[in-house]
Order: sequence, then structure tokens, then C-alpha cells
Amino acid sequence: MTFDPITAEIRFGCGLSPKIDPPSSVDEMLDGLVGADKMSEWFRIPSFQEFSKRLVRAQALKKQRRMQSDGADSEELRKQIRLLNKAARQDHFDWLGSHILRRTYSETPFRERLEGFWADHFTAAGKGGLLRRAVSPFVQSAIRPNMAGAFEDLLIAAVTHPLVVHYLDQVGSTGPNSIRATNKPGKFGLNENLAREILELHTLGVAGPYTQTDVRELAELLTGLTSQASKGRQFKTNMAEPGSETVLGKSYSGSRPDFGDIEEVLRDLARHPATARHMAGKLAVHFVSDTPDPALVDALERTWRDSDGNLSEVYGALLKHPAAWWTDTHNVKKPFEYISSAARALAIPPKTIQRFQEKEMRQRISEPLRLMGHIWQKPSGPDGLEEADGEWLTPQGVAARLQWAVIVPQLLMPRLPDPREFVDIALGGRASEAVRFAASAAESRAEGVGLVLISPAFQRM
Amino acid sequence: MDRRSFLTKSTALGCSLAASPALAPISFASAPGNNRLVVIILRGGMDGMAAVAPYGDPDFAALRGQIPLGAKGYSDLDGYYALHPGLRGLLPLWQDGQLGFVHAVSTPYRNKRSHFDGQDLLEAGVADLATGNARDGWLNRMMGAVPGMNMDSAYAIGGDALTILDGSFPVNRWSPDVDLALTPQAIRLAELVMQDDPVMAASLAEAFKLATADGDPIAVQGGMDEMMSMVAQDQAASRKSGYENRLAKFAAGRLKQDARIASFSLNGWDTHAAQDRQLGRSFSTLSDVVLTLKSELEEAVWNNTAIVAVTEFGRTARLNGTNGTDHGTGGAMILAGGAIRGGRVYADWPGLSDANLFQGRDLTPTRDLRAYAGWLMHGLFGLQSSTIEREIFPQLDLGVDPGLLL
Repeated sequence: MTFDPITAEIRFGCGLSPKIDPPSSVDEMLDGLVGADKMSEWFRIPSFQEFSKRLVRAQALKKQRRMQSDGADSEELRKQIRLLNKAARQDHFDWLGSHILRRTYSETPFRERLEGFWADHFTAAGKGGLLRRAVSPFVQSAIRPNMAGAFEDLLIAAVTHPLVVHYLDQVGSTGPNSIRATNKPGKFGLNENLAREILELHTLGVAGPYTQTDVRELAELLTGLTSQASKGRQFKTNMAEPGSETVLGKSYSGSRPDFGDIEEVLRDLARHPATARHMAGKLAVHFVSDTPDPALVDALERTWRDSDGNLSEVYGALLKHPAAWWTDTHNVKKPFEYISSAARALAIPPKTIQRFQEKEMRQRISEPLRLMGHIWQKPSGPDGLEEADGEWLTPQGVAARLQWAVIVPQLLMPRLPDPREFVDIALGGRASEAVRFAASAAESRAEGVGLVLISPAFQRM
Repeated sequence: MDRRSFLTKSTALGCSLAASPALAPISFASAPGNNRLVVIILRGGMDGMAAVAPYGDPDFAALRGQIPLGAKGYSDLDGYYALHPGLRGLLPLWQDGQLGFVHAVSTPYRNKRSHFDGQDLLEAGVADLATGNARDGWLNRMMGAVPGMNMDSAYAIGGDALTILDGSFPVNRWSPDVDLALTPQAIRLAELVMQDDPVMAASLAEAFKLATADGDPIAVQGGMDEMMSMVAQDQAASRKSGYENRLAKFAAGRLKQDARIASFSLNGWDTHAAQDRQLGRSFSTLSDVVLTLKSELEEAVWNNTAIVAVTEFGRTARLNGTNGTDHGTGGAMILAGGAIRGGRVYADWPGLSDANLFQGRDLTPTRDLRAYAGWLMHGLFGLQSSTIEREIFPQLDLGVDPGLLL
């Protein structure tokens, strides 16, 4: 088995579209990762820097309010804070719409899928206040521009990003012998969380050759890395642990601690053979099958090692491997992949979803996603979404998909397609007799379209 | 195929589905008794030393500081242990002997302190994931060992995987937030479409069964408008009360009928920084869940119920540099219910001096938490200890019965 356009579009893209042709070659798919980013222009999500202005504004308002606690002024400030929160919430839903529309209209949909993969690999979220709305800007700034180059650059951009630094509790982590800790004994100290997750989740994997001592040493090496709303990522020497640290047998940070030490250890971790193994397996499972062909994983691992984690080369190895195109096993679409591929098959007009208010986005998109098992941008842990198909095919998950499929599409566009034609648009030759019959026997367009979308051929990739 | 012949066929499909082994009751030969077991998984690593603070230990204050006791702080339990303020709502249960704790316990998981491996091991109930003792869960293995359990006996509730109930014994999986409203025609056609994929077909069949079990039929008359308004109503209803309490209510509803086993998860325990606040919220959610179970089960069933809350590991004995705790080893289990011999903390307390801490940092586990779970099963469902040590927790030495049940 080798490349075929339909499988390419379904398995490595965002599903079939009535408006956009599937790719004609692997090279076209790979070229699509480095060309102009039309989707970012069409369906905007701000950079994290732009988003941060709102954080700074919120902090200023809160500070002002603390300082003047008297009546009317305070009331006015509270109102402003409330409006700021409300606008941020609406934006959060608008960006969810942008993510869906990018997948609906992208001519380089592999790029969108990779964004999904890496955003999940580097799962992060704000734990309170406006920062809860920061995930899309983080992905736009730290993930999206770094998906086709060296993994180490992506790793550095992601794990030292203010949102990850916040999410994995690095902000206050202070070297036990740092200036700051020595000046106020007992008040500041180390936090291991980011260090552990870098080793366990982002690089070596839990099976990797690291110990609790490596976690501790890496945590000490990371001290100094912190962030501030107004300034973004910071390296504060007075928080950094003095002296050298040894991670996986190599000593870092000889003389004066600085951010360069952190970059150095991250580059080494990115190139470590255990990282190659971990990531090869993860990519194969995500894109191909819960139980990928070992030869495919080996090929990805080899390419990763030979290229020091050059991601475009690794993707090339994936797309050129015969086992990537086997059609006897299919992953199940995860909830967001499911909803967005439905939007693509329907070619929903951008205007409808762009006009949705918060309430409509909740009812039609984010609440259904939750019922399908994916709480949008509110991860339950840093390990991201489950890959095992069984996780998504629970009775409650399947029921939520069915209910969405028959009800919501008609609210996303003025007129649904004829279900008998939609079968071929959405399934491109994968339609069974049963689904063809159901599409023709349904009592309404909405049900007919819904039955096509609920069909196993559409739910699997 | 025209519509009429299809409908005939789909009815036949419906029948054959109902008669298929996966959906048929295993046995009516004997009932599984009247006792109920609820297993709550606290995901993220619950800090046992915060839940039940061993403030009587001379080394405690050096690790955690002085904890405030009294009306706004911790509640003294027995002069040695004190209850976290977030759990204060459960004090009446403690006084009635319906709340207890097990301290300084853990799974056999050591050293790497990964949530995800830790949870896998907790739910698999084995000593080591690498030795490949099938990837099923211990509650599922228990179902197979207890005579009279059938497919209505166990519920995995909520949106997450709950591998603790994975396995060959059929169990029900459902989230009370999901409800279905479809036209009768769509119901039949959806069943037909799913026949292409046995896994999806089985899930859908179960979904139809469970969505009907709440007394609110799936099939709507009157078409699309009616359907949409029903879905909107369901969504509105589900927003009203907290998610966790809806899990508890649903569990209680099933346990009052044929179910004997229910399991669900609560999140929010990975408290690396400023943990006072987050733990306050998480404990009070847990407290509400227990109280919801108590009030919904009503006295007769509550008196036959044991609730056990377990977590993948405890946390560091010391507070870290950001007033939180990092991943540790030994932790606590929480026990509640009318069947529990509560009002006490079960522990072989290891002490908190540097030398007594596990690797100089964590509370040392002095017993395997599976032993306590095993003795609960023994008492609730009459399982022989040899069966537990062989089939449910392979290679575990159950040791002495701690007498957790009345």
C-alpha cells in the first residue's frame, strides 16, 4: 500500500470536502507545511503577545480596584473587569470557531492535524482568570510556527512558554540555594512539576532512562525560568540555583546560571534516543493505529535519530511508509476531529459560526464536545487526550455523537445537502449499503445527514 | 431494499441484538446479595497528609507547619489525626462511625511517580504493568468472581475511561449528562448503520438501553422541533447541579435498583502550588459527593454500602517551594458508608522523621492499598481470600483482616 488521495485526506487531513481536492502526492502534503499560512490569515487567532495585553489590562484594573475600595469608582472598575472577562470568553469561543473553520477550508489540512497533535503533546491551560482563555494564542505562537523544523526548537518554544511555565507550576520554583531563597529562608523553594513532565511526557517518555534524581536536578536547572503577564517569559538569576546540575549523566550550568543552560539541556533531551523512540510511537499511534506496525515505528525512530529530530523528515518517513496506508485498521476520530471533519464535509459557511454568540457556541459545539469526552481547552491533566479508540467509543460517547449529528449540522448552515449525495461527498467510496439505504430512507435531510455522519465509515480514519 | 422490508429487517436486528451474549444477563441463578461497593478514583494524587493530618506526629510540624485546629481549621479526630477543613461536612459521619480512613498505604508503584502509570496500576490492581497481567481492571475481575453478578450489577459512570471496570465481564458505562432524543425512524436507521462496526453497534445498543432507563424515552414524536427542544432542556438541566453530584445521584439511582458496584472519578488532586485553596475545593466536592450518595441511597441501602476513595499515590511529605506538594508515594484511602466500621484511622503509622520517610521525601507506605480493597470485597461479597490473592490481586498477600466492615 502506498499513498492514495482519499486515505490521505481522511487519515492525515481533516476529512473529505466538496470544495477542496485531496492532495495528489506526499510531497504536496509536506510542502503544505512550509508554504504561506492562509488559514491563519483567514480565520484569525491572535498571538500570545497580543493576548497578553488583555492580561496586563486586567491586572491593572484589579490593582486599581484594590487601591481604591470606595463605592462608585470601585463599582465602575468591577464593571470593567466583568466586561473584560466577558469579551475574553466570547473570544475563546470565536477562536474555537476559527479552529473549526481552518479545518473546514484548509488546502493543507495535514498542517491543522499536526497542530492538533503538538498542541496535545504540549498540553497546557490557564488555571484561573483570563489566562484560561490563553490556549489558542499559545498554540498560535509557540506551536504553529515550529511544527516543520527541528523538534528541539519546538520543545524550547513550548515548554519555556509562559502558559506552560504557569500550567506546570514553574512560575514560583526557586533554587533552594538561590539568592531569593537565601534572603528569605523557608519562603521559597523548588517545584518539580515542569521538570518531571518534560522528561515523562515531552521527551524521554515514562519508559525512558531517568530517575527521581534526574527530575530533581532538572528542576534545579530550570530554576530562574519564570514568567510575568506584562513581560512574558523571564529568566531571573536571583531565583536560579547556583552551581552545576547533572541530568542523565551530563553536567550543566558551570559558572553563572542563564537561560542558555536550559536551552542546552532541552536540546540534549530532544536528541536523546529515548525521545526518538517515544515520539516515533506516539506519532504512529496518533495518525495510524492504536497498534501500529512495529516496522513503521522503527522507521520513524530511525529517521528521528538520523536527523536529530527534524520533524519534516520524520513526517516524510511516516507518509512514505506502506504501513501508514493500510486500510484494514482505522483509528476513531476524536471528538474535535469528528465535529470539524463534519464541518468540512458540509462545507459550512464561515459566517454562520462566526456570528454565534457564547451561548450558541456552548450549546452547539463545546457542550457536545464535552459529552463526547473532550472538554475543550480544559485538560484534566498534562498528558492530553487519550489515544485508545475505546476511550471514545463508550455508549455515552457514541450517543453524544449521534445526537450532535442529527441536530446540530442544520444549525451550522442555511440548507443541508441531499443526504443521498452527501454519502459520497463525506465517505468518498467508503459507503456501505446500510449507510446508503439509511441516507435515502431517513425522514428528513437533517436525519439523513446525521446518519451519514454517525456511520462507522465517517467516524473512523 | 425499500422502507417496509428494511423496517422488518431492523426489527429482526433489534431482536437478535437483544439476544446476543454480550447483552444477555449472565445468570439469574443467585442474587449478588444486598451489599454495595462504590469505588471513587481521585485522579492526580490526593495528598493524604492534608486529608488526614497526622499532627500528633512529632515531626509533622517541621514538614507541613502548624495546622490550625478549630472551627475554621482542621477538626481533631482522635488526638493524633485531624481532618482537613474541606471535609468538615463529613464530621457527623465520623461521629456516627460511618467515615474512616486508611493511612500510609499505596499501590506497589514506586519511584517514577507518573500519574498516568500510577493510575493504570491502581486500576489494573497488579504489582507491575510490565509483567503484562492483562490490561483489565480489578473491579471487573471481581465481578467475574462473585456469584450472581450480572450485566446490570456494575456501572462505570462519567466521561472518563475507568479502566478499573474494563475486562471481559459486561458492565454498564454511562454518563448521566448524555440523553438521547431521536425520532423512532432515526433510532432504527442508526442501529442499521452501526451494524458495519460491532464495537460501535454494541456501544449504541447500550446507549439506547441506558438512555431509556432514566424513565425518559429516547423516541420523540413530532419531529425535529420537538427533538431540539428536548435536547435544549436536557442541556439546561445538566448545567443546574454540579457534575460530580450528578455522578453521585446517578450512581445512587442505579445502586438502589439492581446495581451492586459503581465507580467514577473525581479530578483536581494534583496540587503542586498553593494547595490550600485547591484542596479546599476538591475536598468539599468529595464531601458533597459522599453526602449526596448518603441522602439519595436512603437509609436501608446506605447501611449496606461501602464507599472507598483511592488515588494513584500520595504526595511529598514536605511542602515544596511553592506551598504545594510534588508527587510522592504513601497516601490515604477514604472509607464511608453505613457498612463501614468508621470513626477510626486504620494505619501502621511509619513516622515522619527523615529516616522514616521513603527515599527521604515521601510518606512511607506500610501496607498495600489492595489489601484493604481485598478485605472489603471479602466482607461485602463473601469472596475467599485465596480467590482474591489469585484472581483479583494476583500475588498479593492479603495479610490480616483489618476489620473495615461492621
